Formats: sequence, C-alpha cells, structure tokens
Amino acid sequence: MKPLTLSAFTLTSSLGVGLRKHAEALTGRRSGLVPCAFESARLDTWVGHVPDEQLTPLPEEMAAADCRNNRLAQLALAQDGFLDAVARARSRYGAHRIGLFLGTSTSGLLHTELAYRHREASTGALPRAFDYAATQNSFSLGRFVQAQLELEGPAVVISTACSSSAKVFGSAARMLAAGLCDAAVVGGADSLCLTTLYGFASLELLSSAPCRPFDSERNGISIGEGAGFALLERGQTPEPAGTLQLLGVGESSDAHHMSTPHPEGAGARAAMQRALSSATLAARDIDYINLHGTATRSNDAAEDKAVYDLFGTGAACSSTKGATGHLLGTSGIAEAIICALAMREQFMPGSANTQRLDPSLRVRYLLGNARQAPMRVMSNSFGFGGSNCSLVFGRAR
Amino acid sequence: MEVFVEGVGLRGPGLSGWAASHPILAGAVPYVPGELVLPPLDLLPAAERRRTGLPIKLALNAGLEALASSGRPPETLASVFTSSGADGQVIHQICESLAGEDREVSPTRFHNSVHNAPAGYWSIALRSRAASTSLCCFDCCFVAGLLEACAYCITETEPTLLVSYDVPYPEPLNAVRPITGSVGVALLLAPHATSASFARLDVQAEPGARVPTRMQDPALEALRSGNPTGRALPVLGALAEPSATALVLEYLRGRTVTVAVSPC
Repeated sequence: MKPLTLSAFTLTSSLGVGLRKHAEALTGRRSGLVPCAFESARLDTWVGHVPDEQLTPLPEEMAAADCRNNRLAQLALAQDGFLDAVARARSRYGAHRIGLFLGTSTSGLLHTELAYRHREASTGALPRAFDYAATQNSFSLGRFVQAQLELEGPAVVISTACSSSAKVFGSAARMLAAGLCDAAVVGGADSLCLTTLYGFASLELLSSAPCRPFDSERNGISIGEGAGFALLERGQTPEPAGTLQLLGVGESSDAHHMSTPHPEGAGARAAMQRALSSATLAARDIDYINLHGTATRSNDAAEDKAVYDLFGTGAACSSTKGATGHLLGTSGIAEAIICALAMREQFMPGSANTQRLDPSLRVRYLLGNARQAPMRVMSNSFGFGGSNCSLVFGRAR
Repeated sequence: MEVFVEGVGLRGPGLSGWAASHPILAGAVPYVPGELVLPPLDLLPAAERRRTGLPIKLALNAGLEALASSGRPPETLASVFTSSGADGQVIHQICESLAGEDREVSPTRFHNSVHNAPAGYWSIALRSRAASTSLCCFDCCFVAGLLEACAYCITETEPTLLVSYDVPYPEPLNAVRPITGSVGVALLLAPHATSASFARLDVQAEPGARVPTRMQDPALEALRSGNPTGRALPVLGALAEPSATALVLEYLRGRTVTVAVSPC
C-alpha cells in the first residue's frame, strides 16, 4: 500500500488522559490496573478503569447519546489538539472528503444493561428515555463522533471484537486508495460493561491478579477501557524526517474456533505476513512488535509460535496489556498509538507486571524498557471469531 | 467504483433464495410475504451448528447461495459482513441475566454476542483464512457494506463477498428498534468481468441527496423501508431486470449513494 501519514493522534485509558500521560506511564513502567470496583460487578479481577468522575455528561444537544462509551470518546477527542487538527483537515479537504472509521466491541451496551434493571413492571418496556440508536447500536459511536467532528464523508463502525480498531486502518487505507475520501479519522472506544466482565469470567479467562503477559504464571486477562483516535492523510514525497506513517495492513481469519486462537497461530502468522507484504518489508526490517499478548495461556502460546516462525528472535517484542489491561475493541488503536509514541519518544516499552518469562516461549520478549529508537514497528490484534489484524508503522528518516 | 456481480444470495419472508425470488423481484410473480425458510447448514460441524442462532444461519445461507454459482474457491474469498444489530436474541438474554440476581452468562452466548459471530462461523465452515470484516452503520448497513466490499474488490483486485443480514429483536428491544422481518442478502463481486459475471455495478458516493429508489410492490417496499438489509432490494430488483438502471440508496446524514446497474 502507499504509506499514509499519522498527522495527529490521541489516547485515553486508565494510564491517563492524553498522550503525555501515556508516555510518562510507559517510560515510568506504571500500570493502570486496579482491583475491580466497577459498577455493581462482584468479580475477583483487576481492571483498567477510567475514573467515573472524568467521564462528564455529553452537552445538552447530544443528551440522547449520553452513555459511558460516548463520554469516553468525548474525553479522548478533546485532548492533544485533536479537534483542531480535524478542523484544519476539514477546511483543507472539505467535511465530505474526510472518512470516519471506528472500532468498538460493545459500544454503549452498558447503557442497555442498566436500562434492563428499570423495565416497566407490567409491560416489561424499557425506560422511555432509552435511545437505542444513540447508545446501544454499534454505530452510535460513529454517529456521535461524526457529529462531534462535523464530518460528512463515508462513516462506518467495524465490530470484529478485539481486532475492531486495528482493522479501521485497513478500511481507511482502501477508501483513500479508491478515492472515496482524501483523509480519514480512525479510532475506537470501548468502555467497561458487565457483559464483557461476566462473559470473560464465564470463559474462565479473567485473571484474579493484574494480567501478566508471557509470564510462566499468567492466568488470564485484565479488562480495560479506553478511546483513541488518529488522523490519516496521504503522504508527501519526500516525507519530512520524523514523520510517523502507516506502512502496511494485514488481515486474516483463523478458521478454527469462536473464542480460542488457532494453536499454531496460523491465522496470526497470515496476518503478519500480509502486513509485511503490504508494507513491502521483510521480517528483518521490523525492530519492535507490540504483541496482542492478552496473558491467557492459549493466546500467548499461539502468538509466540506465529511470531517466532516469522521473526525468530530478530524483533524485540512486548505486550503493553499489563499496563493498560485488554482494551478489547479499542486495543487496536491504543496499541497503534503506543507504537507511534515508542517511535516518537525513541524507546521500546517493556511488559508491566510480567515477573518471570515463560521459558517455553521463544520470542525476544522485553521485560524492561529498551532505550533504542524503533524505526519500523508492528502491532498485532486478534479477536473472537478468529479475526486477526497486523499493522506496520514507520518513522521517516 | 466499478465491480462485476458473479452471484446473488437472498433469504427473507417468502423469499427463499435468489433463483426462486428472481421472478418476484422482476415483477413477473406477485410477492406474498410468507415464512423464512433456511436450509440446514451441513457445512458446519455438528457441535458448531447447535450453537448457531438465526442471524448466523441467515447470513451463512445467503453467502453460500451467492457463492454457489460462481465456482470460486470459498477458502480464499475475502468477505464483508454487515448488520445493524447482529444477534439481538443473545443480547436480550445476556441483559436479562445481568439485570437479575444470578449473573451467569453462558460462554457460548457470550462468544455469539460479538458482532462478527457470523463471520467467525463462516471462516470455520469454509476453512477460510481470508480477510474478513464486520460492519455496522445502523440503517445504512447495506450501503456501508457495499462501499467497503467495492473498495476491497477494486483496491486488492480480488473477488469479495458481501453479506448483509438483519433480524428483529425480541421485546423489549423490539419496541425501541423495530425491524421488519428477517432478511439476508449476499453479493459476490469481482474486479473484472468473468464468464460467471452477469451484471456490472457502478457505485458512486457523491455529496448531496437524491430521492431514494423504492420498491413498487407495497409489501416489498415495507421490507425495504423496515429492515436495514431490506434496503438492498432495489439493487436485487435491478439485477433481476435485463435492462440498465440507475438506483439511489439512502446513506448517512441525508446523503445518497447511486448504483448504476447494467447487464454484461
């Protein structure tokens, strides 16, 4: 594919609001995970919880869309000059020439879970104020962000579980290549809800401790919440030194099981291979891989096989989920932005919470931060339904 | 964006397959809204088949029909799934259980609650490791899927399967999001004309709004306006006609997308 420039980006998670907090937390090796005290959940687990008081209500004219997920999106959009960057793009290209490609797995589902507690006794009806289209529907996020950013171009929400907001880069790149838009806002928002907390608990995939990716004692995920956005534009030639670029996208399916990865990581390997060929790069060109690394026994083992098969010990690898938790539908954009931060701040993040590396895993896994400037990085995102996506980013020399 | 249609799939109330529904959509036979008939999915292993609800059966049936006539190998075919609400029954059951004292969520119900469940079962059934995405665009899911599938098809120069499906919610969600009938539509699109292709589509998303194309038959029009996937019916109607036609489909924020259909 033709490289695209990441001309602006922003991220909010339990590590903090905005890029600076993320850079500080990652370089300082801080984790945002806390014992779960979310809503009424009674589960022995840890979560990456954005403090409720930071999630302020939507303005009056958007009251129908007021729910935790859109509040989180609103908070993230207001950071790092992102609204101004989009406003400048709007005046440069026209609102109808900017596409919007967002990912979420549960959207405003928490809002529906809460509404189900307040059904009318005789009829079972949901509360009158409940607005399905503006909160529960997966596109409610797209609708809200489209209105916030005053965009009129093609807009869609991708919902492929935990690969959702990685795949937005692929859709945006194709829409730009097909000439349907001249710039694209990509991103995602996924907020804590009871469905994912109790759902992952039912699959026995929640750790009772802060998650420990690639640790020999790893025993499951910690769920987190967050929102991140990026503005993508066509590149210039030659690209100014230091410019951050999307270089390649690879997507694949596992054809194996709905909630367990292929044991040999066959689908993951196909996604990484396709991302490399989309970027016209070889495995040896990649300095750092931000792994999906959920800290379940099966994910980390399968991903290790797939990465080792392609990269051997050539690329430094780590999962940052020990710091953020698993942001589910937001993990793709969050980890893409962490990769961009790593290139900009010239370091490679180590793995928060991982104590003892599982000796059966073979990739070159970073426990601590490495003070080396990565120039080409890969970010992996794999989801339920066997939906895989790998992204390649680079920093122009 | 110019693409070529190699196959069509259709399942809906009284619409039992593209071949059987062709004369209805061409206006030669009157439409009688009847039962939704779905053949069993023999392709899925028995254990997986037991776990599938209506949306998965509907989506896979439509996809398989579109694929059947083309002779394309399914395991390498890229796919785009699109739906407004995926499996509303599963969401309802989970929300009911979470509102009660006992918050048990069944593992199968949880993994079937993801919007991309049909894409996951498709990949398992057809042993496909090809790229696949799953989209939502509220009432505009078919148009959003069409734009995504065309963009994939022409930029990757690969045939691409589009599957759109929408099923009503049970109460109380049905009251706040009513959907008419269960409709599944699939189009197998190719970047070039082939011996299997029978129509050319030219899809354009331009600024401005035109009057959307409606179905002449009132019962089909009710399906078009009441089911997000039903918005594909004018395209299917044009594919059933032998002559060239231009259609207008509703898109976001008052915009429309035009689809010029011509035989080839």
